[in-house]
Amino acid sequence: MKYMLLMGGTQASFDSMNTWSPDEIQAHLNHMDELDGELRESGELVDGLGLAPPDQAKIVVAGDGGTPEITDGPFPEAKEFLAGYWMVECESLERAIEIAARTSAAPGPGGAPMNMQIEVREVMEAPPAEEM
Amino acid sequence: MTSGSQPNVDALLRDLAPQVLGALLRRFADFYTCEDAVQEALLAAAVQWPEGGVPDNPRGWLIQIAFRRLTDHLRSEGARRQREQRAAMQIPADESTAAAEPARGHDDTLSLLFMCSHPSLSSTAAIALTLRAVGGLTTAEIASAFMVPEPTMAQRVSRAKKRIRSSNVPFRMPTEQEWPERLRTVLHVLYLMFNEGYTTSIGSALNRSELSTEAIRLTRTVHRLLPEDAEIAGLLALMLLTDARRAARSGPGGELIPLAEQDRSRWDQAAIAEGIAIVTAALSKGYVGYYQLQAAISAVHDEAADADATDWPQILALYGLLKQMTDNPMVMLNHAIATAMVYGPAAGLTLLESLDGDDRLAGHYRIDAVRGHLLEMAGDHRAAVGHYRAAANGTRNIPERHYLITRAARIAAEGP
Repeated sequence: MKYMLLMGGTQASFDSMNTWSPDEIQAHLNHMDELDGELRESGELVDGLGLAPPDQAKIVVAGDGGTPEITDGPFPEAKEFLAGYWMVECESLERAIEIAARTSAAPGPGGAPMNMQIEVREVMEAPPAEEM
Repeated sequence: MTSGSQPNVDALLRDLAPQVLGALLRRFADFYTCEDAVQEALLAAAVQWPEGGVPDNPRGWLIQIAFRRLTDHLRSEGARRQREQRAAMQIPADESTAAAEPARGHDDTLSLLFMCSHPSLSSTAAIALTLRAVGGLTTAEIASAFMVPEPTMAQRVSRAKKRIRSSNVPFRMPTEQEWPERLRTVLHVLYLMFNEGYTTSIGSALNRSELSTEAIRLTRTVHRLLPEDAEIAGLLALMLLTDARRAARSGPGGELIPLAEQDRSRWDQAAIAEGIAIVTAALSKGYVGYYQLQAAISAVHDEAADADATDWPQILALYGLLKQMTDNPMVMLNHAIATAMVYGPAAGLTLLESLDGDDRLAGHYRIDAVRGHLLEMAGDHRAAVGHYRAAANGTRNIPERHYLITRAARIAAEGP
């Protein structure tokens, strides 16, 4: 089963890393690297991406005749943006939750776990092949 | 990308790929179908040779199989193409029996390179097509190097081939008038291919380094075929001298290590020696070009035993020459750094100001990164931190972003 683990954040949470010490940043990056390495090793990692900060985001809807209508930043402080995702293929929902919890516990200031909110979503599958 | 136990078969196939395609194209002009047939022949060889051994005449074997696949394709396309079919069905005796015809094989490689670097293709399309048609790589290998799904890459290659077909690019060398411009495009595509592999991306650095290796191999081939061209030599030297630092360029976690902080004992001395020899010989030919100058700058860095021993006045002089040759803003940026290293950060910062009005650099993270660096050199830590953070926000390269955030945090912790 495939699951998307979605990590969100506001512009403020993106910027907060700027106040960390070099060691705190390094510990955070190491935690993510180790987890990535483990998921690669176990064959569970399908894909993963980090996204550029939300102040560079553009929100687009089609207007008259399909012409794009664009909303640029800055966006409200409290607005949640997708920060990045992991797609994992694992045995069970329990395992996906376990991975999500590891991600959530990445260390932040003072080395304390950040306990970020991670959304776990099952990925819809293509229809099964027809019986021959 | 090599299949591990069969590196020799893989290397042989990659060498033969353009020769086999050339042989087919001389009989049947449709690039699209010929290229497919060659890929099928290469795949067949990749499966059969490791088991049953390499045939005595591998080139002839591949040509025969490819011709057979080609006629199968044409047959299935129906009677509409009967005439061409008849022409293609006869496997020319000279093609399948000649073990190697060096002169013709070499021309084929060059003609194909010119074809695949055609100006009507985007650079991404040209790189992918070059890797397949000249490099003999499979679509799966190219897809993995670009980190896109295989069907996506197959589609890209197919669209590039259709474009070549519809713009009627002939399978031949460019004319004398076309030559300089077309050669420049070929070199540019090879240069981009190399850079694509050199820009590490998290977790996938290994796959991507194959692109650099392949770019070096193809450039080496072009250099062997046209040894008198000093710019080709310059490009090959530039690639070797840059690639020599690969192992020292990132840490165990994939983090970026800047040139000044690299462990120079991890640099590849053999590649450096080869690069220096090539660029020295090229420069002595009298004509000094863009790639040669960049290679010469790289060589000066590579020759320094440690960062402090870098001959910055020489690098500054080389950037001065480069600046006269191009208005590439990245060259201006590097020129500003070299100026700062020779005359101090204030001189570099003054040069940067002249770049502020340049639209091509507006908002580019590199200008913030360089300004941060020069401000740090000047002791203005507070301002440096701001520019490093702006640069971190602007880069799309994860290791680079991490490097810039960490750098900002380190200076911020030291205080203003």
